[in-house]
Amino acid sequence: MKKANSGSQMRIIKRVIKQLKRYIPAVCLSIFLALLTVVGNLAAPILFGNAIDLIVDAGKVDFTCIFYYFILCGAIVVATSLAQWLMNVINNHVVYSVVKDVREEAFIRLQKLPLKYIDGHSYGDIVSRCVADVDQFADGLLMGFTQLFTGVLTILGTLVLMFMFNWIIALAVFVITPLSLFVAKFIASRTYSMFKKTTALRGEQTGFIEEMIGNLKVVQAFGREDENQQKFDGINEELTKASLASTFYSSLTNPCTRFVNAVVYAAVALSGALTLIYPSVLPVSFSVGKLTTLLSYSNQYTKPFNEISGVLTELQNAIACAGRIYELIDEPCEVPDAADAVELGTVSGDVAFLDVEFCYEPEKPLIKGLNISAKAGQRIAIVGPTGCGKTTLINLLMRFYDPVSGEITVDGNEIKGVTRHSLRKNYGMVLQDTWLKSGTIRDNIVIGKPDATDEEVIAAAKAAYSHNFIMQLADGYNTVIGEDGGSLSQGQKQLLCITRIMLCLPPMLILDEATSSIDTRTEMKIQSAFSKLMQGRTSFIVAHRLSTIKEADLILVMNNGNIIEQGTHDELMQANGFYNRLYNSQFAG
Amino acid sequence: MKDLLRYLKNYKLYSVLAPLFKLLEAAFELIIPLVVAAIVDRITAVEEGTFTQGDGTTFVIWMCLILVGLGIIGLISAVSAQYFAAKAAVGFSKELRSDLFGKMQSLSYSEIDGLGTSAMITRMTSDVNQIQTGVNLVLRLFMRSPFIVFGAMIMAFVLSAAAGGVFALTIAVLFVVVFGIMLITIPMYKKTQGNLDKVTKATRETLVGSRVVRAFCKEEDEIKGYDSRNAVLTASQKGVGKISALMNPLTYAIINAGIILLIYVGALKVDSGSLTQGEVIALYNYMSQILIELIKLANLIITVTKCFASAGRVNEILNMNPSLVHTAVAEIVENMPFISFNNVSMKYNKGGMEALSGISFTAEKGQTIGIIGGTGSGKTTLVNLIPHFYDASEGEVFIGGQNVNSLGDEKLREMCGVVPQRAVLFKGTIRDNLRWGNEDASDDEIMQAVNYACASDVVQSKPDGLDEAVEQGGKNFSGGQRQRLTIARALVRKPEILILDDSASALDYATDARLRNNLRLLDYNPTVFIVSQRTSSIHHADKILVLDGGKLVGCGKHDELLDSCQVYREIYESQYGKEGAKA
Repeated sequence: MKKANSGSQMRIIKRVIKQLKRYIPAVCLSIFLALLTVVGNLAAPILFGNAIDLIVDAGKVDFTCIFYYFILCGAIVVATSLAQWLMNVINNHVVYSVVKDVREEAFIRLQKLPLKYIDGHSYGDIVSRCVADVDQFADGLLMGFTQLFTGVLTILGTLVLMFMFNWIIALAVFVITPLSLFVAKFIASRTYSMFKKTTALRGEQTGFIEEMIGNLKVVQAFGREDENQQKFDGINEELTKASLASTFYSSLTNPCTRFVNAVVYAAVALSGALTLIYPSVLPVSFSVGKLTTLLSYSNQYTKPFNEISGVLTELQNAIACAGRIYELIDEPCEVPDAADAVELGTVSGDVAFLDVEFCYEPEKPLIKGLNISAKAGQRIAIVGPTGCGKTTLINLLMRFYDPVSGEITVDGNEIKGVTRHSLRKNYGMVLQDTWLKSGTIRDNIVIGKPDATDEEVIAAAKAAYSHNFIMQLADGYNTVIGEDGGSLSQGQKQLLCITRIMLCLPPMLILDEATSSIDTRTEMKIQSAFSKLMQGRTSFIVAHRLSTIKEADLILVMNNGNIIEQGTHDELMQANGFYNRLYNSQFAG
Repeated sequence: MKDLLRYLKNYKLYSVLAPLFKLLEAAFELIIPLVVAAIVDRITAVEEGTFTQGDGTTFVIWMCLILVGLGIIGLISAVSAQYFAAKAAVGFSKELRSDLFGKMQSLSYSEIDGLGTSAMITRMTSDVNQIQTGVNLVLRLFMRSPFIVFGAMIMAFVLSAAAGGVFALTIAVLFVVVFGIMLITIPMYKKTQGNLDKVTKATRETLVGSRVVRAFCKEEDEIKGYDSRNAVLTASQKGVGKISALMNPLTYAIINAGIILLIYVGALKVDSGSLTQGEVIALYNYMSQILIELIKLANLIITVTKCFASAGRVNEILNMNPSLVHTAVAEIVENMPFISFNNVSMKYNKGGMEALSGISFTAEKGQTIGIIGGTGSGKTTLVNLIPHFYDASEGEVFIGGQNVNSLGDEKLREMCGVVPQRAVLFKGTIRDNLRWGNEDASDDEIMQAVNYACASDVVQSKPDGLDEAVEQGGKNFSGGQRQRLTIARALVRKPEILILDDSASALDYATDARLRNNLRLLDYNPTVFIVSQRTSSIHHADKILVLDGGKLVGCGKHDELLDSCQVYREIYESQYGKEGAKA
């Protein structure tokens, strides 16, 4: 299990490296600069130590040499700072560029993914992959770049230098420092379960808040405030206990590692001082200044340890995030248009289903042996209980999904043999779930015909009975609406979606519960507009209210994925079957 | 933030002890360089022969033990400080959360509408957490970091005034640079966040609209639109990155420049005999300590800024005054029209459109009142005025001869059983949910209400009956099942006034009819308000109110309205066709 996991991690890392290919020169430069930075960082304390060695006592100060060290130090510090800054800028550039590429790739993939994928995953999940995960990935990558490499180099460099200066001190440090890592790890593993408990309780509390504050009106209508407060306080009390434990124990890491650092510091001081007091015992050249250098090293040396453990968790997280993004990017696309796909011109509108079989999941067959033939200009209504496959039919017509077997033709062309764009341009579709993009009202109306004139737009709006309410908005057609229509009512949104179709007038129409949120009076008016629109256009209508489809040329009654009855309203009423019952149940009582 | 400090009241001791112990720890940290200085000076003394090697060794060992001892004391005080800080911060947020929850529950419908529930949930969760983190950090670091920075400076002044001057200068420059960079980058980060939100929105939008995008062949346009937003985001990320990339190199350079200056000043002082080599080393160590603390301080300030912003938002809610006021409890007078609206108008926002204008009607005890009209005609607004969920902007609403705002809140709500448009059930069992109507209802009473609400098959179809678990929001029940259970919930209360706000929309026509029939049989004879879009749901009512654009355009029985009210006739015809209207 763990092995498989690390295998997939390796794959992801390889993928990230591949993604970085374009930026290899920049990355190399960054690594070189990191090296410079570390060398500078390590050199400065040595030089300061040397300088301090020259300040022995009153009258025994070698100013010329000190100045020489100052100039050297100054130069090194300036060079180091410059190198560090350049490195940061390069890392920023590389990381944000890579992330931009990844985001773009993901978005392009979203446009090409089969609807099956989009329908099958929650929007929240996909969005968090495209945004939050990418962001987390960027953070991890940036931290990895800036801190991991310099951190490792600093530790190694410090150790080497310490051994060079005084192997006794180095040994002491080398033995004690793992203690700091051990302590940090010990605390982290102990707090993990506490955090889990806190998170779970917080989740419970958030759930309760969402439920009760989200439905506050019901709570108040039933006067449940006191009971809720009691229950809330109960969860709150438990959360407080758990939260105290996890906050406290996790905040122990810093004091504990600081304590270990203090011990390291004391060890350096002790071993350093002793080698100075007994110079004869040890054949190492050592000085007070060097002791200072080593003391400052021992501070510097433990810091990257703490940082690196942070960076490693961050990197692990980033890899997990990258994995989730790549999973999305690697999702297979829709089957592309065939190489020899025909560009479908404006059709007259003969649509036929021949022996169509379809299912969303292989183990659950939905549609079997479906045959429909709609002549140009006919009005086809589809009725049936929820989940009977009405919407599936539309998915197939628009080629949002492809049938498992059988074929669908438009004007005699198999739709798999024509380009999706040319097929879809021939349909005008209004769905029950309205979708408006953020932008102006006008932007939303002209989506199917971007070059429409203002007169055309207004004429379309009048035909769809949306003109009046649009004119009541603050800026009329230029009113900016927010995400998903903002403050517009569901009915108004449906009117706008109908206006789109009224503007581009495609030869075939698909109306899926297009007027379900519009009150029956307005609906009646729109129906007459639709009737005009549907003259000479093949149209497919899904409706809940059966009164709106009585005039259809052909009514398909669906149940469990099959067409169980078809005919005109009168024929079906006479047949005294499913449709008859469905129709009459509307007027019962 | 100041207003919120009262929640620390019960944790006064902890919130004083925490920073105090932090100070103690910092104070011990400041002693360390002095100990090192003593060691160094003793070594020099041994080298010069003032002390013997043995003396030097004992001294050094003692000093190192002191170093470890200081570490232990530091550890103890730090741990105590962390504990007190955690205790205070967690307790603080507990009381704040509880109060905030209570406050939110006391808000009236208008305030709930104004705030929006998602904003309220954010206040309760992420904002309160942000404040807790802020309080915790402030208690721990706010005293410590400045203390170390200025303590180091003071120690430097004690050792040598000139060295102190170098410290003061370095700290001043560091301060300017660190906070300068922060001041410049904070708004830039905000902008970047805004750009990120736009990218999120674009992603969400294209997903939600994937069918429409593809139907209109807009894939390329979507990608183009996204790319430009993505480019803007990347540019702002790189821009802010460039500036914040200055932070480390600049502070590094400044500290080292300070050290050079310090060693130079130290060299002069040692040369003149007023400072020892060990003391120069101590100064050098103090300088290194400053940098780390200053960076911590900068991070703390960012957290505190966020915390203040959250505190402001939370305070906004805590300081809200519920606009609905229920004054003294008046007694209901018999022999008056049970419910009457007297020229009532209603606006949700000042200066906004009237949702209801000039509504007058009366309803007698036990009557059924139907309310019909198009979307946005004011049906829900009208029924919401009866239990006094909102104040009427003009006119009065009377129940039993008393203005609703003079009836006690609790009494009024107890009289009313409301079934809202959106059928919401809560996590728990079916029984828990139904008992919302009446905490003391027996199972018999509950089942009776269930039967009246045509929901017995819902309860019976579940293996555990009344004990069947309900998931959050009632997700494990269909829309129609939820509606019937919410009706039962209102009936458990045996209300004098029953309000059904389009609560049968998900029921088929036959069940809807059965339900209406049952309501007529209720032995406690409530006054029933039925809001509906369907004429079939209300045509039997004693009185039908026809609303259009917030105005009462028709009031009477079904047959009268068919003759006299054009809007009603149109609604009816749209549902039954012209023949139906004639029949």
